[in-house]
Amino acid sequence: MVQFIDVFKSYENGTKALRGVSFKIQDGEFAFLVGPSGSGKTTIIKLLTGEIAPTDGKVLVNDYDLSNIRFSKMPYMRRTLGVVFQDYRLIEDKTVYENVAFAMRVIGASAKEIRRRVPYVLELVGLDTRSRRHPQELSGGEQQRVAIARALVNNPRLIIADEPTGNLDPARSLEIMMLLQKINELGTTVLVVTHEKELVESFSKRVIAIDGGKIISDGMGGYYNYER
Amino acid sequence: MKGNRFFYYIREGINSIFNHGFMSFASVCIIVACLIIMGSFTLLALNVDAIIDTMESQNEILALVNDSFSEDQARAIGPLIEAIPNVSRAVYVSRDEAWEDFLDTYDNSSRFEGLDSDIIPDRYEVFLDDISLMAQTQKDIAEVAGVTDVMAPLSIMRGFVRIRNIVTIISIILVAMLFLISLFIMSNTIKLTTFERRDEIAIMKMVGATSLFIRWPFVVQGLILGLIGSLVSFLLEWGVYQVVVERIISNSGFAFMTFLPFSEVALPLLAAFAAVGLGVGTIGSLLAIRNYLKV
Ligand SMILES: Nc1ncnc2c1ncn2[C@@H]1O[C@H](COP(=O)(O)OP(=O)(O)O)[C@@H](O)[C@H]1O
Ligand SMILES: [Mg+2]
Repeated sequence: MVQFIDVFKSYENGTKALRGVSFKIQDGEFAFLVGPSGSGKTTIIKLLTGEIAPTDGKVLVNDYDLSNIRFSKMPYMRRTLGVVFQDYRLIEDKTVYENVAFAMRVIGASAKEIRRRVPYVLELVGLDTRSRRHPQELSGGEQQRVAIARALVNNPRLIIADEPTGNLDPARSLEIMMLLQKINELGTTVLVVTHEKELVESFSKRVIAIDGGKIISDGMGGYYNYER
Repeated sequence: MKGNRFFYYIREGINSIFNHGFMSFASVCIIVACLIIMGSFTLLALNVDAIIDTMESQNEILALVNDSFSEDQARAIGPLIEAIPNVSRAVYVSRDEAWEDFLDTYDNSSRFEGLDSDIIPDRYEVFLDDISLMAQTQKDIAEVAGVTDVMAPLSIMRGFVRIRNIVTIISIILVAMLFLISLFIMSNTIKLTTFERRDEIAIMKMVGATSLFIRWPFVVQGLILGLIGSLVSFLLEWGVYQVVVERIISNSGFAFMTFLPFSEVALPLLAAFAAVGLGVGTIGSLLAIRNYLKV
């Protein structure tokens, strides 16, 4: 569950990135967050991951109140969400398998749990035959699947993806979106940031549109009109 | 701590050391240099202290009693001298005993035939608690009625006390400075690793690793470097000490000096080196990683 209540965010240089944003995403939902470049999408993602704190208002993620969270609680909040970025952020000198296993190991999972869980997620994203490869041996679409497997491996309640298809061609982009949809159907809440209009329109999902740091529309149907 | 995690920290720490072999080597060398300088000054200070202790336990002050006093009168002065602050003991030595001692030191040479104990006065051998206060105590003893003269090896004393004070001050300044230098080098060595692994650290934070978990491999890296540094320094210091002491002893001009055997200072020295090495390692690594853990 994600809830923003009248959230404001000003950066240190005075940029007002968010000016009173409110929305709520229920458990199990799939939502797109769309808007032009500089509208505040990444700011919303960073607030969700606890990388930055709101200047005003409340940010709630999976029962944690991020506007008022103890520093020591932050890691446990982050274990309830998986994050995917445009640039994949894989570790180059680790194999596909190790990249995914790493995310489990660093939160203290046992070797046995890792051996059971990693092959399962790799199969889910369709990379079971690529597990011994290194990231640079894979296509962009495959690398993003590794990132999704890594986001998924600790069984988070929420997956958030910031422009996950920004570096991919339309066919690969569609595959990634279908994978995220499949993950959502398996019970995980999904929030996808994108500005690719066609992609959004080919799914009939909830679309939250933001411009100039404010929500300008929020509704079902895969249609948004920020380009007015 | 779960076993697999413990080995994870150790393995990551050791890998980092080998991945930055040159900087690791450099930081161990700096620690060694710093510890040896620290250690040498500390050993010097300890030895000067020991020499001063020996001198304190020897009868360095002689209080001579008025010639015309009878033995009873002379003995009556003893308690007065012992009442003076900083005097631990005053031992009465009659002129006869003193004369015999004197003759003994000159192997009863026939040079002194025809002379007898009448030419020297009765005396007290006075032992002090703290010889750095010798000048004042000498004055106090001289004021006791019946004491005609007080002979104290003030200049030698002053020399040693001054050396001790200078050595102590230099040691403290050096130790502080060298500690900071070691810390700087150590934290920069580990910063190289944290910089190289900044992506990994970012991923660890993103997936919810605790700060403690992220820190541990770097702390292990620092601890290992610090420990190696302190062990190497200890062995080198040992060798240096043996050589230097041997040189000094074999030089007859310094024959009056006694030195602490290394075995007596080995354990405290090792403990101090290990404490400094591990301290530099831990603090250095925490300094190196702190910027990455803020968010
Ligand atoms: N760290 C920052 N410091 C200052 N301004 C920032 C920072 N990050 C983003 N901004 C500004 O905040 C606004 C929103 O940025 P962002 O949330 O990244 O937009 P989007 O992801 O929709 O392109 C932009 O004007 C951007 O320049
Ligand atoms: Mg963005």
